[in-house]
Amino acid sequence: MYWNPRIECMPVEELKKLQYRELKQLVYNLYSFNKFYHDRMVENKVHPDDITCLADIRKLPFMYKQDLRDNYPDKLFTVPKNEIVRYHVSSGTTGKPTLVGYTQNDLDYWTEALARSMTSVGIGPGDVLQVSYGYGLFTGGLGAHYGGEKVGATVLPSSTGNTQRQVELIQDLGVTAIACTPSYLIHLNDVANSMGVSIKNDTKLRKGLLGAEPWSESMRKFIHDEMGIEAYDIYGTSEQAGPMFTECTERNGIHVAGDIMLVEIVDPDSGEPVENGDKGEMVVTMLQKEAMPMIRYRIRDISYLMEDECACGRTSPRIGRISGRSDDMLIVRGINVFPSQIEYTLMRIPEVGQQYMIYVSREGALDEMTVQVEIRPEAFSDNMAQMAQLRAKIEAELKKYLNIYAKVELKAPGELPRFEGKAKRVVDTRVI
Amino acid sequence: MDESKIITQLSIFVNNEPGRLANVCKIIKSVGIRVRAFNLAESAEFGILRAIVENPDDSFEKLREKGIIIRKTDIIAIAVTDAADSFFEAADVLGNAGVNIEYGYFYTGVSDSVLFVRVDDTEKAVDILEKAGIRLLDDAEI
Repeated sequence: MYWNPRIECMPVEELKKLQYRELKQLVYNLYSFNKFYHDRMVENKVHPDDITCLADIRKLPFMYKQDLRDNYPDKLFTVPKNEIVRYHVSSGTTGKPTLVGYTQNDLDYWTEALARSMTSVGIGPGDVLQVSYGYGLFTGGLGAHYGGEKVGATVLPSSTGNTQRQVELIQDLGVTAIACTPSYLIHLNDVANSMGVSIKNDTKLRKGLLGAEPWSESMRKFIHDEMGIEAYDIYGTSEQAGPMFTECTERNGIHVAGDIMLVEIVDPDSGEPVENGDKGEMVVTMLQKEAMPMIRYRIRDISYLMEDECACGRTSPRIGRISGRSDDMLIVRGINVFPSQIEYTLMRIPEVGQQYMIYVSREGALDEMTVQVEIRPEAFSDNMAQMAQLRAKIEAELKKYLNIYAKVELKAPGELPRFEGKAKRVVDTRVI
Repeated sequence: MDESKIITQLSIFVNNEPGRLANVCKIIKSVGIRVRAFNLAESAEFGILRAIVENPDDSFEKLREKGIIIRKTDIIAIAVTDAADSFFEAADVLGNAGVNIEYGYFYTGVSDSVLFVRVDDTEKAVDILEKAGIRLLDDAEI
């Protein structure tokens, strides 16, 4: 089953021609109408006329997360404000968030991508899709929601939390598919078991679209064996729109709709393309975006490209499972956390010294983050209640900026490791 | 108010990890500080070692030079004849006067037993305890 067979099964050569036409159009538009892109192209001595084939995309400069930050909130928008119909906001690295704006057309393409993806795993009319991604500024909830409605499924917008009720609803409403983070699904299974409910035997839940954090084949097998759920990897970041692309039932890579997104894989250090099929950093160009285009955006996710035809018949290229990051971003309980964000928050608290350590572990199904901080000698009090207050204050500040709870431990000055050269302040002991 | 009835306690921050307390004790010993009484309070990741020492001002400087995180804290020392009775009496007097006890610990000395207490208003506590006829010890008596 295909949602859009003309595009999805388009012969590769034709797809490449389509991509070239879209790219050319995009570059002309941005050069002509957007100051940021115009200046960037002039600085790099490249003119839209220099783009004469798809491979010429390499003449265009990269875009970085820093560009998004520097141009916050709206300097990268290429349409008038009144054409923007929605904003999403993701956590930034230095307390400053990343803002993404969407035109109606942008939302339609996002939904189209998800409709193709959901169809490719067999979610459609008759399915009840529980969306247990967070709804709100995070793209996951609303993205999956619109995709589910588009393909004619019944959508249950449960968002995150209140897991016991989610288990009850899965039973009562005959939920057949769920979109959530893999760690939340495992947590949900634990809660179900504690309620005496077997997801495998007592519910109709059989499909999962899992993403927003790294997971593995062993988790897929566990989810299949223990819960009776076929789990599919879903990929997409807010810069692209949100979660967009999934594996098909072949589960041999994530199909990336070629008319929507162009993927290059480059060496993270040199920025040069890697050999065919080698691992490297993904660089994405969004071919249809209007409000906030992305040209050669360094997404920092590490993957590889598969360009052979998939057994499902779709001709779009596929990317392998994301195997890491080329920067230091952590994904904790589905939330992006940059160590620099933690540092920024800590350094604004007068009682906290210069040294800190970040520990991430997996306790049962859920990620736990602990931040150890050295307190300044002046901040030490003989009063235990005051020390507990200081700890609570640091935890509250971190929660405010990271959007996620991190346990704080107070340490005496000199107790935490010092580093010569590059500091290794993050210890991630999760086994994924 | 009798200043001599205010005792200086040293409060030391100790990370709650194996060997940290031993390390602090080793430093205390190495700089020649004589500890008369101490108490250990702990939370999950750190503890506070509270010590009554000889020459607290001098000891404070010595330990601070060694990089130890340390504070001076005013406490009072209540002479104890019968543990439960004395404690009740002092707590009752302080409670009636609206003085809050933050923590306390017992010490059985050579001549006297002592209840060290930290209160939220040390000077007021000294006054009302003495007025109530409760004997407080000064530094020399401990």
